[in-house]
Amino acid sequence: MKKKNISKTSRNNLLNYLLVLVIFAVVQTLSSTGNLSNLLTGLLVPLCVYIIAAISLNLVVGFSGELSLGHAGFMCVGAFSSALFSNAMADLLPSVPRLIGAILVGALTAAVFGVIIGIPVLRLKGDYLAIVTLAFGEIIKNLINILYVGVDENGLHVATSSADLKLGEGGKQIIKGALGVSGTSALYKDIKNYFFLIGVILILITLFIVQNLVNSRSGRAIMSTRDNRIAAESVGINVTKYKLLAFTISAALAGVAGVLYAHNLAMLKVSTFDYNMSILILVYVVLGGIGSLRGSVIATIILYALPELLRGFSTYRMLIYAIVLIAMMLFNWAPAARNWRSRVLEKLKNRAPGKEAA
Amino acid sequence: MSFISYLKDGINLGSIYAIIALGYTMVYGIAKMLNFAHGDVIMVGAFVILTAITKAGLSPVLAIVLAVVLCTVMGITIEMVAYRPLRNASSNLAVLITAIGVSYLLQNVALLLFGADAKSFVTVIDVPSLVLFDGQLTIKGVTIVTVLACIVIMIALTLFVNKTKPGRAMQAVSEDREAAQLMGVNVNSTISLTFAIGSGLAAIAGLLLCSAYPSLTPYTGSMPGIKAFVAAVFGGIGSIPGAMVGGLLLGIIEIFAKAYISSQVADAIVFAVLIIVLLVKPTGLFGKNVQEKV
Repeated sequence: MKKKNISKTSRNNLLNYLLVLVIFAVVQTLSSTGNLSNLLTGLLVPLCVYIIAAISLNLVVGFSGELSLGHAGFMCVGAFSSALFSNAMADLLPSVPRLIGAILVGALTAAVFGVIIGIPVLRLKGDYLAIVTLAFGEIIKNLINILYVGVDENGLHVATSSADLKLGEGGKQIIKGALGVSGTSALYKDIKNYFFLIGVILILITLFIVQNLVNSRSGRAIMSTRDNRIAAESVGINVTKYKLLAFTISAALAGVAGVLYAHNLAMLKVSTFDYNMSILILVYVVLGGIGSLRGSVIATIILYALPELLRGFSTYRMLIYAIVLIAMMLFNWAPAARNWRSRVLEKLKNRAPGKEAA
Repeated sequence: MSFISYLKDGINLGSIYAIIALGYTMVYGIAKMLNFAHGDVIMVGAFVILTAITKAGLSPVLAIVLAVVLCTVMGITIEMVAYRPLRNASSNLAVLITAIGVSYLLQNVALLLFGADAKSFVTVIDVPSLVLFDGQLTIKGVTIVTVLACIVIMIALTLFVNKTKPGRAMQAVSEDREAAQLMGVNVNSTISLTFAIGSGLAAIAGLLLCSAYPSLTPYTGSMPGIKAFVAAVFGGIGSIPGAMVGGLLLGIIEIFAKAYISSQVADAIVFAVLIIVLLVKPTGLFGKNVQEKV
């Protein structure tokens, strides 16, 4: 009866951590007994990336109630800034502090972009907000596509073409426009095998941040702006402030997902972070249930791992995603479907005690 | 002469954006939703024309008619199956996400049917070029047809919305859906009609787009679709002349950005225009300012 001291929300939160740890333990056991194929092992780190991205997007879509279609843009910022940091610091720092530094740099840069983009974007509502986040995602992609950064003894050089960099003797190009950044993962050879563990730790940290935010005073304020903007304003909640808070934290966490993504890859290209990636993450969030963090984790695992396992299925993967997305929205949100569901539930409820009596 | 030649290209592209933007602006004005799948209907229209001409050997005119009819039917079906059940949903996000799903569905069906590699579009519009100033300026036949089509569609649509009964029903539904229903306007069929017109126009836009830029993939429609939405917002969403002006301006801005700044950042400039417009004048050039009531 000790459990009674724990509130329902904290039990829920603990359950989420437990879920992640159990999955981690299962995967580790499978991998140590040699039951995990190379293909699957390669999927583990990207899976962590998408789980973090889905949780962070859920903060905006589920709790703040705004549709962001530029989430991949923040991942992109996190990925490139951290890859730049790692490459520039390659000879100066050992790998563990370098990785921690890279995560912080990625999160911080993405957060800065979150604030810069959030201030104008959050003045808008609904469809306009969605299309502007999409626009920002495309702008970020376009700009990084022509960004060249190199380093030599004089420090960092930034230009819009390879020739304009004017690097000194022994300087090296890090970000090469559309070619992106290469060789980031090679800098972390010594801890490469622990990347999945690092990913799981990052998932736990992300869950910790989001769950604590949502259940705090600020979190309730964020949800109140979602449920009724005008009512929230009239009781003195600063709508813009709380929406911006959710947007920025979400951007920073997406940046962390981008860091993990970048450091796991030998070749980082900006073209990966397109509109489709944002939509993919949105599908995970919607399928898991808007506003349900556990749902995001489970849906990402199922949707990401399943098609990769069934190889022949992969041609139809996106098609099935699309159908699932439409069907889920209709089933969850259409008033007719909602009424039908509550009727069925009612019937089941009425029948259950009756059966016991009989 | 290069300036005029860019201007000409800009007007050509802008006219296509204007026709697509009309579909967005009508649907947004009347059904109050952003039909994300609109751009992909363009792609479907272009594929229908291409297949009808190359595989079935139909004449261009028949192929165009077939594409318009198919896209119209598809538009009505999409609205009935995917959007109508969500019309009174508690969250506006629901229908937007569903529209994204429909867009994805169309792209992936096309991907399965036609493959990912770019198909070169056939010449459908065969009109001789116009040579001006002793050969210094050549205006392609396609450009002339595109601009003329845009003007004709604009005039026809303005007359339809202002002078006919179904057109006025559209205005009524756009103004106040409940009140229109009480006055005997059939809201469902009015919204269906809007989708039908928008999708039929999308088929024509698909033809014009692929005639100007003859390369067709399952993703052909999505970028022009999004840019046309930018144009609709620019001109003031819900306004027919606004869509025309917004489309033309956006096309010219895009071509000039490509020519004088950099082709790689042209998209970024187009989207930056959207953001600036939304921040300075959220209702667009021709939009009405509506105060939100509690």
